[in-house]
Amino acid sequence: MGKSIVITSGKGGVGKTTTTANIGMALAIMGRSVVLIDADIGLRNLDVVMGLENRIVYDLVDVVEERCRMDQALIKDKRYRNLMLLPAAQTRDKTAVQQEQIAGLVEELREEFDYVLIDSPAGIEQGFRNAIAGAEEAVIVTTPEVSAVRDADRIIGMLEAEGLHDPRVIINRIRQDMVKRGDMMDIDDMIEILAINLLGIVPDDEDIIVSTNKGEPIVLNNKSRTGEAFRNIARRIEGEELPMLNTGREKIVQKIKRMIGIS
Amino acid sequence: MAPFWRRSKETAKERLRLILIHDRIELSPGKMEELKDDLREVFKKHLNVKTEDFDISVSRKKDSMALEADIPLRDSR
Repeated sequence: MGKSIVITSGKGGVGKTTTTANIGMALAIMGRSVVLIDADIGLRNLDVVMGLENRIVYDLVDVVEERCRMDQALIKDKRYRNLMLLPAAQTRDKTAVQQEQIAGLVEELREEFDYVLIDSPAGIEQGFRNAIAGAEEAVIVTTPEVSAVRDADRIIGMLEAEGLHDPRVIINRIRQDMVKRGDMMDIDDMIEILAINLLGIVPDDEDIIVSTNKGEPIVLNNKSRTGEAFRNIARRIEGEELPMLNTGREKIVQKIKRMIGIS
Repeated sequence: MAPFWRRSKETAKERLRLILIHDRIELSPGKMEELKDDLREVFKKHLNVKTEDFDISVSRKKDSMALEADIPLRDSR
């Protein structure tokens, strides 16, 4: 049986979908079989971030309502054949499915895949409850802002209440220059305030926008430090113990080495 | 660089701590003030308290939170 993990946040716009796409892709690169479920029904996005939007025929609601078989709705990634996407419906809303249906679907997929990653919608309502229904573990994405951390805290409480204990947090869009200047909360502060385990730190990076423009998750770029941050997160999910990536400025020597490709 | 107490991350941390305390006990700062006013009246009924210095606050320990009241009494002697 594979492992099911929900990626959630409370607040919108903190990078849940990008995180789901990159962790999924990173696990696939490592040779695991992975299925990504877009649980944001009515606001389908994971397909676009993955660059798979042209291949959609059926969606999650079609499977739930038995208009197609599961294997007809699953979209194979064009780069890694061991990575699949179950897209959300775009013309329906969160009331089109029920928690038990999602839970059943996740259970079914766990039989076949090493990892089932569920991309949760923002908010704390039905859509969120659907997304966490079949999950055994939870990952919370937040950014170093008061509003996002506040919502993350709320989500931690709600996950606990639903029996999802010890969620881990990814702090996204860290800007080390601002942390150094004292204008951004640092990792230790946030971890202490939230009293939660850290799964990873992802630097703020313009290249994320470029990769989303192209529909190519940044982990596909071997030279990207942001890609490396996601690859490390995937390895931690696999159980490896890795030190946190230093998000500070690279030493010039390292930068040159990296540019000429010897590091 | 600004001195540490003027850096905005310190403000962010303080605001976040306070916000989370109120979120976790499900009592907004405004409601907390109402509670404080009510408690002040109750104590005044039975005791000679210095109402102007009366204060309650939430303190966080490892795994629990507690409401702490500071109720200064007037010495009539």
